[in-house]
Amino acid sequence: MKKKNEFLYFAFRNKKLVIGFVIFVFFLVLAIIGPFITRYEPLDYAGMGSESPNFEHIFGTTFFGQDVFSQFVYGLRASFIVGFMGGGIATLVGLLVGFFAGYKGGFWDEMLMMLTNVMMVIPTVALLIILAAYLPYRGVEIQSVIIGMTAWPWTARAVRSQTFSLKQREYVSLARISGFSTLKIIMQEIAPNMMSYVFMVFILQFGGSILAAVALDFIGLGPTEGISLGLMMQNAVHWNAIQLGIWWWSILPGLAITMIVGALYFMNTGLDEVFNPKLREM
Amino acid sequence: MGKYLRRKILIYLITFFVAVTLDWFIPRMMPGNPIDSILARVAKMPSQEQVQILRSHLMKSFGMDVPIFEQYINFWGAMFKGDLGVSINYFPKPVTEIIKDALPFDLLLTVPALLLSWVIGNKFGAFAARKKRMDNWVLPIWYIISAMPYLWLGILLSWTLGVNMDLFPVAGAYSFSREPSFSWEFIIDYLHHWVLPFLSLFIVQLGGWAIGMRNMIIYELEADYSRYMETMGMPQKLIRRYAYKNAILPQVTGLAIQVGLLVTGALTTEIVFSYPGIGYLLNQAILRQDYFLVQGCFLFIIIGVLLANFAIDIIYVFIDPRVRHSVGGDGA
Repeated sequence: MKKKNEFLYFAFRNKKLVIGFVIFVFFLVLAIIGPFITRYEPLDYAGMGSESPNFEHIFGTTFFGQDVFSQFVYGLRASFIVGFMGGGIATLVGLLVGFFAGYKGGFWDEMLMMLTNVMMVIPTVALLIILAAYLPYRGVEIQSVIIGMTAWPWTARAVRSQTFSLKQREYVSLARISGFSTLKIIMQEIAPNMMSYVFMVFILQFGGSILAAVALDFIGLGPTEGISLGLMMQNAVHWNAIQLGIWWWSILPGLAITMIVGALYFMNTGLDEVFNPKLREM
Repeated sequence: MGKYLRRKILIYLITFFVAVTLDWFIPRMMPGNPIDSILARVAKMPSQEQVQILRSHLMKSFGMDVPIFEQYINFWGAMFKGDLGVSINYFPKPVTEIIKDALPFDLLLTVPALLLSWVIGNKFGAFAARKKRMDNWVLPIWYIISAMPYLWLGILLSWTLGVNMDLFPVAGAYSFSREPSFSWEFIIDYLHHWVLPFLSLFIVQLGGWAIGMRNMIIYELEADYSRYMETMGMPQKLIRRYAYKNAILPQVTGLAIQVGLLVTGALTTEIVFSYPGIGYLLNQAILRQDYFLVQGCFLFIIIGVLLANFAIDIIYVFIDPRVRHSVGGDGA
């Protein structure tokens, strides 16, 4: 129990972690309550076209007169869903593959690492493009699954090498001699020792999924229904918003993504310092 | 060393095989097929008979009138002859030719961005590590920079430097009025268009490299050999130089991973700036469901990434004495 308190103590004192967390929560709350406080549906024509930010439309309107703020909060929601789902799937698959390869070793290790290396060299986005291009209907959930299923390799590799070193510890050998099953050893002896690491991996995968989704949306493979931050930027670029001076349409969604992903990176570094005394500020 | 390279080559061959198979497989497994989408696009046919004739003609010209396994073999055969099919959109221009025209623009954009950001980012990161003021002020900025979507930085740059200050053009790789040639005027015009897309790729990556290097240097400075040198009273400069030599190795490996990620950056940045590289081509192909062009672009991207990875592996052998002299080694 004392150890936990120590972590909490350092967590609250870590500026990077606190700042990152506050920014993240701010956008999360906005994504959750935003759709309830907007007066317009994201795709409705709510006013004059190309209005700059004002009291009626705090983020202005698009070229067609849609309310940018409505699109923004719904888009935020989509981004968080992709982050949670895509990041979650990527972390989970990476963990399973990494644990199994690292713990079993031998043949399974060779096979799984071969798969991992192959997946790692194939550029994720190219794979996403070819998968997404042929799906006639794409929702945010399908997008998350596709992203999650392609983003796991580096996690698997890192988890494998961690498991490799952990499984040589004595308590693991003891568990094995006692006749525990592989699954039980992984779940009870190895996984708890990697929890902090896994959590940090999840944070990075969360950010990575959001960025991947933005890129996909922008290429024209976004959700076929609804709105997302990447889709907003795609529309804005498509209709030459920058040349026409409608900056709020494309700058604001990108700014939100930069801040969310930046906040996640801050949290990741902060947590690293909390869990790893060597890195703490001296 | 031999074993290390053999292993790597094996992995690349398998990757290539998997990628080509996927490339071939996916369009055929998905609902709807390219022939129907072409037929749907052709204006009203007078009779059903003519639709059938056109269909069988298309089936034949796209090689889809033979059993599926044979199609797969034919796909490989055609690929080695450099035949990736004919674009539906730019009909009857072959896909290979379209991509060949776009490729130089990609290479001249991505290769300098990758290498320059790597060199400069590493220097910056190594310089800033374990310097308090640097860490407190510069590090957060790097984190924010590396969190930017490439395309957003592109939009931001074209808004500020392009539209507001009117310093650089925001679309195309050269002015409409010019034809590509090796004259000074064209080169200057080209470079003028090149600056903004280059910067959007360069800046985002710079942040990542700098952070990576800073973390690695801190890690190395904590290592026993650094501590030992410190107690021996060796100058800080020398200790840092050793740390740098060790820290650069993971950064070279990182280069291989970054090549794959850079593809995303290049694709989206080219769309922002209507830059006529493979990314822009791919975007157009997707929007117009030009299946063969999508396939061709995918294949070229894969080949490019594989070649880059292989080059980096060979470089790695030369700079890491442990691999160079290893007997067996773990080769990871």
